[in-house]
Order: sequence, then C-alpha cells, then structure tokens
Amino acid sequence: MVKYVCEICGYVYDPAVGDPANGIPANTAWEDVKEDWVCPVCGVGKDQFTQQN
Amino acid sequence: MMQAVKISEKVYWVGAIDWNIRDFHGYSTRRGTTYNAYLILGEKPTLVDTVKKEFYGEMMQRIQSVMDPTKIHQIISNHSELDHSGALAETVASIRPQEVYVSAMGLKNLTGHFHENLKFKIVKTGDRIDIGGDTISFVEARMLHWPDSMFSYLEKENILFSNDVFGMHYATNRLFDDENDEHIWWTEAAKYYANIVLPYSDIVLRFLQQIKQMGLSPRMIAPDHGFVWRKNPSQIVDLYGEWAAQKAANKALIVYDTMWGSTEKMARQIADGLSSAGTQVKLLSMHHTDRSEVALELLNSTALLVGSPVLNSQIFPSLADVLCYLKGLRKKNLIGAVFGSYGWNGAPLEDIYQTLEKMQVQLVAPVLKTAFVPDEETLSKCRDLGVVTSQKIAEKLA
Repeated sequence: MVKYVCEICGYVYDPAVGDPANGIPANTAWEDVKEDWVCPVCGVGKDQFTQQN
Repeated sequence: MMQAVKISEKVYWVGAIDWNIRDFHGYSTRRGTTYNAYLILGEKPTLVDTVKKEFYGEMMQRIQSVMDPTKIHQIISNHSELDHSGALAETVASIRPQEVYVSAMGLKNLTGHFHENLKFKIVKTGDRIDIGGDTISFVEARMLHWPDSMFSYLEKENILFSNDVFGMHYATNRLFDDENDEHIWWTEAAKYYANIVLPYSDIVLRFLQQIKQMGLSPRMIAPDHGFVWRKNPSQIVDLYGEWAAQKAANKALIVYDTMWGSTEKMARQIADGLSSAGTQVKLLSMHHTDRSEVALELLNSTALLVGSPVLNSQIFPSLADVLCYLKGLRKKNLIGAVFGSYGWNGAPLEDIYQTLEKMQVQLVAPVLKTAFVPDEETLSKCRDLGVVTSQKIAEKLA
C-alpha cells in the first residue's frame, strides 16, 4: 500500500502501521483514513500530505 | 560599542541579552532571555542566525567589534522563528551576503514573515559548505521544534549550532555552562523543554539516536537561547534523553481555581490525601500560577488532577486556558481526576473529564462534584480520591 508524507513535518503515514493511538488501525489505506484525522506530529490535515515517491 | 564574546578560536557570540522580557508569547520568562547569534571567522565569515528585530543594533555593534559586517560572506538561518530571524531582512539588506542558507521549510516560513522574493539557498541533511579553513555541515531537525528547524555543525572546531534545542530562557552575560549556577539553569532548561520541546519527544529520541549514529560528539553545543555548553555538552544531551523518555516520578499536580473557596477546600483535602499516602503534591491555583509553570511541574508528574468551579454553565476560564495549553504539550503516561463545585449545574465539569480523555489521560474516578460548599462527607471523599490516586501512581510506577 502507498505511503503518504506530511509536507510540513515529514511524518510518514504507513498504511501497514496505521495510527492506532488516534483511531486508525493497522492496514488502513490512505483513502480510508477518516477525513478529520490530523498528522499526529504537527497537527495538519490530510490535504497537506502527498504520496511518497 | 557593545562587544562580541569569544567562544572559540574562530567563533564569537554576537547575540543580544533581553534582560526585561517577562512574557515570551505566553511563557513566563522570569529570568529574561538571550537571542544568540554566532559569527564564524575565516576566509568566508559566516553569521549563524540573527536576533529579535529590536535587537538588530546590539547584534551589529557586537559584529563590528570583531570585523566589518559587510565582509560577512554568508548567513545561515537555522530557525525561522522571529526571535532569530526578526533582524534577518535588515541584516541581509545592510551586509549583502553572497548567500543565505536555509532549510526548505525555512524558506517557506521566512517568505511568510517578510513577503519578499527571498533568493536564499536551500540546504538539506548531509549538505556541506566550505567556509575556507573549515566546513559546515547541515542536519535538518524537523519539528525540533518547528518544521524548518536545522542544526549546523562546524566540523574542525567541532561545534554544534543547535537552534532552540538545548537552549533556555535565561538572561546571562556568563556565556558558558560552567559559569552559571546549575540549580538555576536546570530549572530553566527543564522549563524550556516542558513548554517548547515536550510535544516532539518521540522526535527528540530519534534525533539523539541519529546524532549518535552520525558519530557527532561536539566539544561545544551553541543553542539560540541561554548559554554555550562547553564543559560538559553531554549533560544537556542526556537530560533531553531523560525528559523525552517521560519517566515520571511519584508526583501529582492539582491544577484548580476557585470562586468562593469551595473548589479550593476540595483541592486541599485531595492534596492531603495524596500526601498522606506518600506522593509529592503540588497545588497550583490558576489565579496565582502561570500556565508555563504548570507545564514545568507536569514534566515529571504522573498524575494531573483538575478542579474547577462552574460559572454561567461553563468551566472556569482559567482552567479552559491551562487545559488548552497542556493539551497541546501532549504529555504522555498521565493518570488523572476531575473535581469541582457548582451552584445548580454540575454538568460542565464533565467537559474537563472529556478533555482529559482526549489528552489520553487515564482517569481514576468519575468527576467528584459538590453543590455550593462541600460538607464533611464530600471532603472525606476528596481525601479518598487523593489516596486512590496515590495508589494508582504507585501501580503505574511499579
């Protein structure tokens, strides 16, 4: 599954890991991460993430 | 003319001392602060960071005491926050350096500050520049404590310029660790960590590991506030490791406010319950305590108990303030409880409970509330809450 990178702080969302501490279980694809989820490091929304090359 | 202070053969401190600042964007700076800029002499003289805008003149005088400022070849901006970049535009305009080096996010932030087409050169981790006789390498330190944060390392001199990391708000003309009283600086360094760096503790741990793997063992660490670590730079690095690990002590904070003394009576009984069960306790009235002092005390606490009166069906405003602040600091591994008093509507106290839940605080009991003035039975429950919290702390630390 494709990873996404926070343009602000560099945090990488890895679908295999998810973000369980904030309600996103492992194996959640980026498209299925809820829209109000925010970067666990710097707090910005999904719109500030880009696909990792 | 104000003088530069020599910190090594080729490096001078050319910053400014802000003796009188007492409120740094809502952080109480009872000992003032410094804005540290550093001048590296050589074939290509280099200025590392600048100062807050109103201290431009002080910085320029200190530079002039060593060299003609217009001969500065390049400027490095390790951190774009205005206390280090406020004087940057004016400095660039007056000395016209060949190059200004920034991180990618640094350029974005500085453009947001100055609204000019800045022709700065972007550097990233691993990039190196020859300054004639020595080399500077860059290490990006994203989110320590802003997205743009960067370290610059002067290789031969073995000095690490660490932006805000390892710094503190402490006005002193004694620019080295060994010239300052450890009892004072420990508190100020811890307060700085608790208020500025704490939310990024996981990144601190990774970054310390990265520095170790890079084989960096600087003989001096030169941060952007406070003094230069020369006698024992590893002391502050080790402290960061401890603070970032967030290993707490048998200590509880009771953060509260009161209107007619009811919530305070409850707070004092809870404190006595905690104390009698062997826990160190700090009672912090938000009428008397600055939020940044609460953050300092929270750094090594295991329990956070919050008490509020109800005012017009809201929690008391001073508690809303401190809870908003603490939520942002994202302290880990806390347990907690909520208590308070009300006249006819106790429901708003549940808002505090929910806020603590969102902060991932493990709550040890339902909200303990009393209408009007607490009676003996309620005060006894308060003592019990203190004792139970102490037991939960012990379980957590076991």
